[in-house]
Amino acid sequence: MLADSALHVPATMTEEEQLLRAKLRIRKRRIVVNILRVVLGIVIVGSWQLTTATGFVDKFNFGQPTGIVTQLQKWITDGTAQGPLWKQVVVTLEETLLGFGLGMVLGVVAGVLLGTNRLLADILAPYIKALNAIPRVVLGAIFTIALGLGMTSKVALALVLVFFVVFFNAYQGVREVDPNLLANARLLGADRRRVIQGVIVPSAMSWILASLHTAFGFALIGAVVGEFLGSTEGIGLLISSSQNTFNANGVFAAMVLLAVVALTAEACVTAAENRLVRWRPNQSVDVHI
Amino acid sequence: MVNPVLAPQGVAMQRGTGSVAVQSVAASSGSAIRLAGVTKRFATAHGGIYTAIRDVDMEIAPGEFCTVVGPTGCGKSTTLGLIAGLSRPSGGSVEVDGAPVHGINREVGYVFQTDAVFPWRSVLDNIAVGPRYRGKSSAEARAEARDWIARVGLTGFEDRYPHQLSGGMRKRVSLAQTLINHPRILLMDEPFSALDVQTRTLMENELLTLWSATSASVVFVTHDLEEAIALADRVFVMTAGPGRVKSSYRIDLPRPRNVSEIRFLPEFVRIYETIWNDLREEVLVSYERQKHAG
Repeated sequence: MLADSALHVPATMTEEEQLLRAKLRIRKRRIVVNILRVVLGIVIVGSWQLTTATGFVDKFNFGQPTGIVTQLQKWITDGTAQGPLWKQVVVTLEETLLGFGLGMVLGVVAGVLLGTNRLLADILAPYIKALNAIPRVVLGAIFTIALGLGMTSKVALALVLVFFVVFFNAYQGVREVDPNLLANARLLGADRRRVIQGVIVPSAMSWILASLHTAFGFALIGAVVGEFLGSTEGIGLLISSSQNTFNANGVFAAMVLLAVVALTAEACVTAAENRLVRWRPNQSVDVHI
Repeated sequence: MVNPVLAPQGVAMQRGTGSVAVQSVAASSGSAIRLAGVTKRFATAHGGIYTAIRDVDMEIAPGEFCTVVGPTGCGKSTTLGLIAGLSRPSGGSVEVDGAPVHGINREVGYVFQTDAVFPWRSVLDNIAVGPRYRGKSSAEARAEARDWIARVGLTGFEDRYPHQLSGGMRKRVSLAQTLINHPRILLMDEPFSALDVQTRTLMENELLTLWSATSASVVFVTHDLEEAIALADRVFVMTAGPGRVKSSYRIDLPRPRNVSEIRFLPEFVRIYETIWNDLREEVLVSYERQKHAG
């Protein structure tokens, strides 16, 4: 609609006036979108608050926005039952980042190795398929038994979840490398190491980076589920102990914390991606003026 | 059929398997590239065997600019791949500078039909990869690359990435990337086929200028007969697949040539007609086959 009305420009307008008008319209649209976003948030949280306050929805089972805020305030000022709040966030974050980092490195290495070695890939294919078919979260139980209640078992679970996501993407990325680019590098004098370093890895990079968004989510799942299964600290434990005391607000408050952590990490991954693939053409922003 | 006696001025014809006429050249000067009875077969996805070229004989003298024309699917690119050492022949021998080809030859430069520049490298770094891969320091390689950037007219675009360049400019990057290694043999696989007509003529002229400053032997594959004649010392005509060399024509048009004007010379038109008569049969055969396959 905005685009259509912009097309009906009085013939008397000068070029500058038309451009100015177009700019104003783009700005106006942005403002409208932002206002509507805030309104939507208010409507959702407001109706939740309203329905629980009037008793239409049971706030004992489904929590209440003000209750969640109070719970967060309490955790921040008084600490949680298992220690200060910041410590829980840091522990979960540490497990997530360690699992993410290790899983990513191993995934890329394994992906490039199998992607460049056809024989090895053919030999390992059925085993990898079998491993991938298992719901890997159940491995958490093994890790808790084998590695104990400490951080290691959570890192291991996060690592396994991340590994497979990154591995499959890296492998696919390597297999999709343009054969002309490979031939060109070899003809220009590249040895095997340089071909991998200079062509295969950068070329597979967009696939690998695309997987990192999903992979970080999996790392967080691994850490939190690991804490669920048995731990002494962390956001996952916060959720399971809130669940055990029928504290719905506590579960939601922990979810808010996880959302903040996940969104921050997402922003970091996006920033890293933009830095690493600067050479890629920008997706043009489709704005009608 | 073209009678060699009636062949027009400026075009000498070698008919038949080609090997007889060609061997005399080899004996006199030693050839840069020599293909003798070369056959290449591929396994197809359905378990069959596809013969791309059969009994190809070709001999190219040092410093000679040769073009290869032929219908679609006659194995022109396959032939280049064999000379470059990207693949091995199923039969026959491929020799470069008198030695059989084993793997990739460092004296060979190759310009691809599609873009083969590295999209994640800037223009400067793209051109500098050759010297880098051949063991020069980063500073040396970049200095050389700057020199080549000037030669191919890309000054001011050093820091751009390939996606920020036009098709013609990317071709310039490819050319500089290849020529910076001073190849003694330059293989070009329909390098300009994706360019618009004006850019193409421009690039053809630039290629001739750049080539005249080297002593490289060139094998230039194209489906465009005009381009083939305008550039070449010799034009090879290949048959419909499985391809073999049908005939070769010496082009005695004077150099330096201006590709955009040479096409209007009456002599050029005569040569074109002669070779086209020869090529047409093969194009028709290839076209009929495609129709039946489709």
